[in-house]
Amino acid sequence: MADNLIIAGKSYSSRLLVGTGKYKDFTETRAALDASGAEIVTVAIRRTNIGQDANAPSLLDFLPPSKFTYLPNTAGCYTADDAVRTLRLARELLDGHSLVKLEVLGDPQSLYPNVIETLAAAKTLVAEGFQVMVYTSDDPIVAKQLEDIGCVAIMPLASLIGSGMGILNPWNLQLVMERVQVPVIVDAGVGTASDATIAMELGCDGVLMNTAIACAKDPVLMASAMKKGVEAGREAFLAGRMPKKLYSASPSSPTAGIIASVRS
Amino acid sequence: MITVSINGEARQFPQTLSIAALLQEMGLTGKRVALERNGDIVPRSTFPTQQLSDGDRIEIVVAVGGG
Repeated sequence: MADNLIIAGKSYSSRLLVGTGKYKDFTETRAALDASGAEIVTVAIRRTNIGQDANAPSLLDFLPPSKFTYLPNTAGCYTADDAVRTLRLARELLDGHSLVKLEVLGDPQSLYPNVIETLAAAKTLVAEGFQVMVYTSDDPIVAKQLEDIGCVAIMPLASLIGSGMGILNPWNLQLVMERVQVPVIVDAGVGTASDATIAMELGCDGVLMNTAIACAKDPVLMASAMKKGVEAGREAFLAGRMPKKLYSASPSSPTAGIIASVRS
Repeated sequence: MITVSINGEARQFPQTLSIAALLQEMGLTGKRVALERNGDIVPRSTFPTQQLSDGDRIEIVVAVGGG
C-alpha cells in the first residue's frame, strides 16, 4: 500500500516540501525541485516592481501547476492582519487556491514565530475557508490550539529559519506529534540530509526546507540527497528501530561453533 | 488630477481611470497579478469596471520565490 502524505484530504507521494527562494535563477529552481521529487512548493507574495520589465519571466512560468501544488506563504509578515491580507491576495492570484502556509514572525533577527498573532490569523483564515498549514514553535500546547482552530498541518521549527542548525529539540517535536492528529511537518532548521532523516525517524509526517537546498554548493545534488534522506528516515520510522541497549553488547554472529584456540 | 498610492509609491493621473487601464499603463495586462484596494481584494473580473479614486491605496502583487 502506498505510504502517502495526506493533507486536507489530498494525497501526496512525496513527504519533502520545498521552498523556491534563494536560487540563482528559475532554471536552477526548477532543476532542484525536480531532483527533490517535491510536489508541494512554497512561493512568496510580493509587490510588483514598478518600472521593472513586465515581460521578464515569472516564477510560475517555471512551475507548471500540473506538476506542483503551490503553497503561498506569508513570509515577512509580523501581524495577523498582514498575513491574512497576503493570503487573500494569494488566493485571488492563484484562482481560488486555498492551501496556504501561514507564518507570522516575531522579529527579524530570529524569525521566530509570534504565536499570538499566528493563532489570531489562523482563526480568521480557517473561517474564510483557507486550508492552513501553519509554521509555529515546537510548543505542544500551541500546536494543539492550532489544530483545534482547524489548521490542516502543524509545522514546528526544528531550529531557526535558514540556520541549518538541524533538529535541536527532538523531544519537543515528539510532544507535538503525541498531541495532534493532523500531519506534523518540520519546517525550518534542516541543514543537511541527515537532519531530514532524523526528523522523519522521529515520526514527523514530512519536512519543509528551502535554504538547505538552495544554499548548498550544488543545490540540485543536495535536493536529491534530501529526497533520499526523507525517504530513508520514513522507512526507518515505519520499520521500527531496534531498542538502544547501552552496556548490553549482543554479537551478530553465532556464539556456538567457534574454532578452538591452539595456544593453551 | 488624482493621486493614488501604488505599492507605496504616489502616482498622479490627470483623471480617474479603471483598474484595467492602470494595469495596461503599467504593462501588466494579462499578467498573473492580484490587486488590493484600500485593504480589500479586487476580483480580477471587476478590473474593467472599478474606477480609481483620489487617495486610493493600491497593492499589486505577484508570486516570487520564497520558503
